[in-house]
Amino acid sequence: MSDDHDDSPIAARVRELEAVLEEKGLLDPTELDQVLEAFAHKASPANGFRVVARAWVDDGFRARLLQDANAALPELGLSMGGGLQVQRLHVVENTEDVHNVIVCTLCSCYPLSLLGPSPTWYKSPAYRSRVVSHPREVLEQFGLTLPGTTKIEVWDANAESRYMVPPRRPEGTDGLGEAELAALVTRNGLIGTAAV
Amino acid sequence: MPRINDVGGRDGFGPVRQELDEPPFHADWEAHVMAMNRALIRREVYNLDEFRDAVERTMSHESSYYENWFRAIRTLLEEKGVV
Repeated sequence: MSDDHDDSPIAARVRELEAVLEEKGLLDPTELDQVLEAFAHKASPANGFRVVARAWVDDGFRARLLQDANAALPELGLSMGGGLQVQRLHVVENTEDVHNVIVCTLCSCYPLSLLGPSPTWYKSPAYRSRVVSHPREVLEQFGLTLPGTTKIEVWDANAESRYMVPPRRPEGTDGLGEAELAALVTRNGLIGTAAV
Repeated sequence: MPRINDVGGRDGFGPVRQELDEPPFHADWEAHVMAMNRALIRREVYNLDEFRDAVERTMSHESSYYENWFRAIRTLLEEKGVV
């Protein structure tokens, strides 16, 4: 990453500030690569997919996850402490009657370690402003039309609290193993803007 | 008075635009801004709450996400006399 040739004005300004910080000993050129590598390895939606698949096949884990997600995640070798501060994870599960969707109206709070880097739309004012006031309309923009009888709950994340949505297990998946089930889950499903 | 970042329930931002197969960063400089911020917080040049506050008071809806981050970092470094 340290030898990129992006010649846009902002890229030049970023390089300029990096050089100043390096000169002052506040930044180590190799540090940036280390941070990015750690970020790429630790923040993956595959983690969230595994958590959901385990909850689908193991009722005990599912109960522990819903009760205290921070305590349950280490069972899969995961934690909410990998970022700059530990966050409380609330797992809000979809049911026949209730569909959950997550947002951060103030900024971009998101469970990175379980969902990977957040998409630009999640950070956009269009999504953040509208999903809290017109969730059904926003979900339809994602191609998700819910029955009028389904209640939609919108969870607003913040600096201390993050949310993740386990989708409902699809019909006809009884014979599948955990890895196959995990492959059915999508990033948008974990946000609540897709059914699975 | 709510800050500019507090958009919950506000009108006028248009439909949500999804980008299919979106990469984590759209340019190297965005990754550098993200990494620079983590490094500065880890070194306690400023803390995470100060960073959030700086984003909220300096951001513009016309700027991209990482442009807003970069403006906030610069602002904090200037205010703290680092640069």
